[in-house]
Amino acid sequence: MNELRIAVPRGALFRETLDLLDRLGVNTAEVRSNDRKLLFEHAGIITMRPSDVPTYVEAGAADLGITGKDVLLEQSERELYELVDLGYGHCTMVLATVDGEDPAAEALRRLGVMRIATKYPRVATRHFLETGRQAEIVEVRGSVELAPLTGLAEGIVDLTASGATLRENGLVVREELARSTARLIANPVSHKLKAKAIDTLLERLDAV
Amino acid sequence: MVDRIPSGTRDVLPDEMRELRAMTDRVRAVFEHAGYGEVYTPALEYEATFARAHMDSGRPAYRVFDEHGNVLVLRSDMTVPIARLVATRYHEAEPPLRFCYFAHAYRGVRPQRGQSREFLQAGIELIGAESPEGTAEVLTVLCNALDAAGLQTYRVGLGDASLYPALLDRLDVQDAEHRERILTELVDGDFVGLQHEVTGLGLSPDDAALLLEVPQTRGGPEVLQSLSGPLEHAVTGMRAVHALLAPNVAERIIFDLGLVRSLGYYTGAIFQVYDPAYGVPIGIGGRYDELLGQFGRPLPAVGFALNVERLHIALTSEEQGRPE
Repeated sequence: MNELRIAVPRGALFRETLDLLDRLGVNTAEVRSNDRKLLFEHAGIITMRPSDVPTYVEAGAADLGITGKDVLLEQSERELYELVDLGYGHCTMVLATVDGEDPAAEALRRLGVMRIATKYPRVATRHFLETGRQAEIVEVRGSVELAPLTGLAEGIVDLTASGATLRENGLVVREELARSTARLIANPVSHKLKAKAIDTLLERLDAV
Repeated sequence: MVDRIPSGTRDVLPDEMRELRAMTDRVRAVFEHAGYGEVYTPALEYEATFARAHMDSGRPAYRVFDEHGNVLVLRSDMTVPIARLVATRYHEAEPPLRFCYFAHAYRGVRPQRGQSREFLQAGIELIGAESPEGTAEVLTVLCNALDAAGLQTYRVGLGDASLYPALLDRLDVQDAEHRERILTELVDGDFVGLQHEVTGLGLSPDDAALLLEVPQTRGGPEVLQSLSGPLEHAVTGMRAVHALLAPNVAERIIFDLGLVRSLGYYTGAIFQVYDPAYGVPIGIGGRYDELLGQFGRPLPAVGFALNVERLHIALTSEEQGRPE
């Protein structure tokens, strides 16, 4: 197992990813017991924020990685192999606006452009391009829900699992852009040169 | 006040330049010794020249107008200019023809280490030599050049651009839109997306499994033994090439059925150079038996291009990883 280095996302996918690795025979005890450490040489695990996983895997600093499809959609230009849909971490990329008459639709109708706040500027840009609507994408880093409540934007494009955060802020889903789950990704060169180790892992994954 | 240089370009200073020069000199000696004479062509070509190649990706990204209003492009590879050169300067010469080059090409890539918008390629083209002999010769020169450069742990992935389209033919997947989407997922390396597309075809479970397994099949000669049926033809071609290789070259080869043509003009065997010390391919090559015909001199051809900057990174990474 130590032959492969796996990039593991801290955050929403962290626990389920470690549970999966346990079932695959990777000992994650040290990772679970240590919040600050980032590199676990013995287990072959490195931990990072989910949006950094493709960066490490593309460069070959990790052979494999686990991250959400939402991250992969946003970073679609990266040279990676997407090997397996791991089936956990379900969430949906949505367009949401404040409840009542849709202010984004009204802005589009009367002003020709709607302003959309998002952490996923490329996914959002692509969506509005494909659906033929003019949108000004406002990139924010956190708490996207604040934008339509303060007049920064008419709507948001964001990821939601249960919809609870949207509801609490008085927002409703207007459109679904994409479904997301956790994905196993691989560095293309590792996929060729460490074929046996990777295929063994994939077989065990099929079995659990 | 600091004057910048364009994104994706960089300056090379003497320490690096000395190392690059020493490396390319060793590679050039291998090319010349094998009978490949060095050529140089203009960095600017007419747009129409590159349009003949019908490239899917890697098309020229930078255009300028000349004083007459013609559109010129900065070349995005050397294979297309050499195809033009053969058809114009050597239109009656007896094949086979052998050329090598050390020249910059230009693409609108996302800049990062080893991926520049202006990049030096070292490569050869063998014009007028059929497979398997021509392909085996080029693979031999490739390995000799990598040896001379000083790489120790490299591998060469060998696949066939016609393999997957032939497999789709045999399984009677004819719908052009479906085929396009399937090949796009393959080029993107998205096996989850591939599974969605294949599931939508309504094939038998065995046939669907074959479409999913083939692109992930890679390894030593043993991976070819288990294959037959619809894949027999492409696999026969790979076996024939492999059988012609000397042991020191053959041991470098990984059969890689997942290699798909990233450049539009590849027709048969395709190969990529990998090194475990570096996470991105160092070079790419393959057969382009239809390209010369586009320039009016139909001849089978095969060649490769090494990315010199990546070769240098791989060499340095290997040295750093080696025990003292």
